[in-house]
Amino acid sequence: MQINKQANGLLSIYFTAGYPSLDSTLDIAEALEKAGADFLEIGFPYSDPVADGPTIQHSSEEALKNGMTLNILFEQLKDLRIRVSIPVYLMGYVNPVIQYGVENFCNKCKEVGVNGTIIPDLPMYEYEELYQDVFKENGISNIFLVTPQTSEARIRKIDDLSTSFIYLLSSNATTGKQLAIQEQSEAYFKRIKDMDLKNPVVIGFGIHDRDTFRKATSYVNGAIVGTAFVKLLAADSYLDKISDFIQGIK
Amino acid sequence: MSKYQVNQKGYYGPFGGAYIPEMLYPNVEELQQQYLSIIEDPSFKEEFEQLLRDYVGRPSPLYPAKRLSEKYGTNIFLKREDLNHTGAHKINNTIGQILLAEKLGKKRIIAETGAGQHGVATATVCALKGLECVVYMGEIDIQRQAPNVARMKMMGATVIAATSGSKTLKDATNEALRDWINNPVDTHYIIGSVVGPHPYPDMVARFQSIISEETRKQLLEKTGKATPDIVMACVGGGSNAAGMFYHFLDDEDVQIIAVEAAGHGVDSGESAATTQLGQEGVLHGSRSILMQTEDGQVIEPYSISAGLDYPGIGPQHAWLFKSGRGTYVSATDEEAMNAGLLLTKLEGIIPAIESSHALAHLEKMTFKGDETVVICLSGRGDKDLDNYMKYFGF
Ligand SMILES: Cc1ncc(COP(=O)(O)O)c(C=O)c1O
Repeated sequence: MQINKQANGLLSIYFTAGYPSLDSTLDIAEALEKAGADFLEIGFPYSDPVADGPTIQHSSEEALKNGMTLNILFEQLKDLRIRVSIPVYLMGYVNPVIQYGVENFCNKCKEVGVNGTIIPDLPMYEYEELYQDVFKENGISNIFLVTPQTSEARIRKIDDLSTSFIYLLSSNATTGKQLAIQEQSEAYFKRIKDMDLKNPVVIGFGIHDRDTFRKATSYVNGAIVGTAFVKLLAADSYLDKISDFIQGIK
Repeated sequence: MSKYQVNQKGYYGPFGGAYIPEMLYPNVEELQQQYLSIIEDPSFKEEFEQLLRDYVGRPSPLYPAKRLSEKYGTNIFLKREDLNHTGAHKINNTIGQILLAEKLGKKRIIAETGAGQHGVATATVCALKGLECVVYMGEIDIQRQAPNVARMKMMGATVIAATSGSKTLKDATNEALRDWINNPVDTHYIIGSVVGPHPYPDMVARFQSIISEETRKQLLEKTGKATPDIVMACVGGGSNAAGMFYHFLDDEDVQIIAVEAAGHGVDSGESAATTQLGQEGVLHGSRSILMQTEDGQVIEPYSISAGLDYPGIGPQHAWLFKSGRGTYVSATDEEAMNAGLLLTKLEGIIPAIESSHALAHLEKMTFKGDETVVICLSGRGDKDLDNYMKYFGF
């Protein structure tokens, strides 16, 4: 399945690499594809995740305790394209990427078959000035966020810079705030839909059940579930529960 | 424009910028676009100066420390930020930012605090202006700093425990940023040092620059000299140092010395000596130097002084360090505590343990005898009595 302007009802799942255990990353990814997820965001953990609420903070902390690093993650992802065929994006904060070396990071992403990155604290200006060339050389798409407060001019600029999809935040919030879809968020989704952007649009933050998923995907191409899925991973034999989870939403 | 000051894009050399998630972009952009026109407006300046004078008690004295000078064989002046209302330089910044928040029409103020000094300075100006105040403080620091928690509460602030991560200053800052993400419209975040996304480092440095502005005038009056030979300050995030250095940066013959906290020793694994131990990276919205693992995870620092216990430094300091304009050194817990006791015995001034780090470096310097040295005495030691008592067994 491709993420394109014609696609609809796409479901993407976020989870943190190295949580609940160090080597759970690819097992979870594989199970998600089997269960019907359309693409994936694999989080690489950071000690200071300012855009995240308590659930994803906790998963990051545990992943770090389990010993997860970017080195280990790329080691694990060597088998990514043997086991998983849907698009995969890496999501995390900019400091581990800088420390790893932006060029190294992009090379590795390309090598293991990662499609793109979502780095919330890497803003557009810094990306354009410092990093864009390296990303492009490696064919790695960087995904930008849009919030209800983002101006139309800025959204147009993001649309120009984007090469995969645009990540629309359901509200101005950290991750894990459950979305109650209200008139104002529907008006915002509609405003974005009416802008008729070049790139596909996917809504994230607060999508946690069938109802919020349906509402969100009635306006845009897809939606991302993060916190609600990460919560599931705390359960025993979580791999067996993934199929029901996806069916419960999609 | 000075090559040591921020450029139009918010950078000091390779450092600075605004590495913030899109959710904070409107808030930060609003500040970027408005801070200069607001703080340079005559009505703003007038109220800022009036409050610094009548409320904070400025100008703070430039005190010729005679007995300390005799001891080290040179001419030492102390810039007495310890005499400010609330006991430290922190109030210079919070006065400036509360006036700015008013001009921006914000109704709610948030802040982070470590030892509680910046939290108290923020709660103070919120009481002064009748604005709602929420202070994030690490759960562990709340236990360690009970009197400052009580002060904030007396002034009507809500103190919220940061329970994530290491439960100290770095995590309190994360929580404040998360609060700001979730309250994007009516809230202003008063950051406590020259850290954070552009324009905070520059804005806070401007508010603190009153320290060197006064020093220049006072020194001329007292000695006839336009500039000192050496200016010194301690560095946590770096706001008192930024204020102390500000008006001397372009006088290249003025030596600039910044003292970081070495904790139990730079190589002990328990230290906060950022320039010695850190690498370039991004923390709390700016590119600077920070203490981190090979994998880019932030390391929890250690210092006996809660105000210096921060894993980063402001981007301007990273630039002063990297460009060689500033000399960055460190002092251990032990060196600082002894220097604090020495000042108390020689001059009858009990310094904050943070400020004692700057004093401690005197021991490692050699003097010809005719230098003029200005040290920023960033705060008073009342808040640290417990620590001094435990350390020396008084
Ligand atoms: C008295 C005093 N000095 C120095 C500092 C360190 O902060 P900065 O480096 O921003 O001046 C603090 C911080 O709490 C402080 O209370």
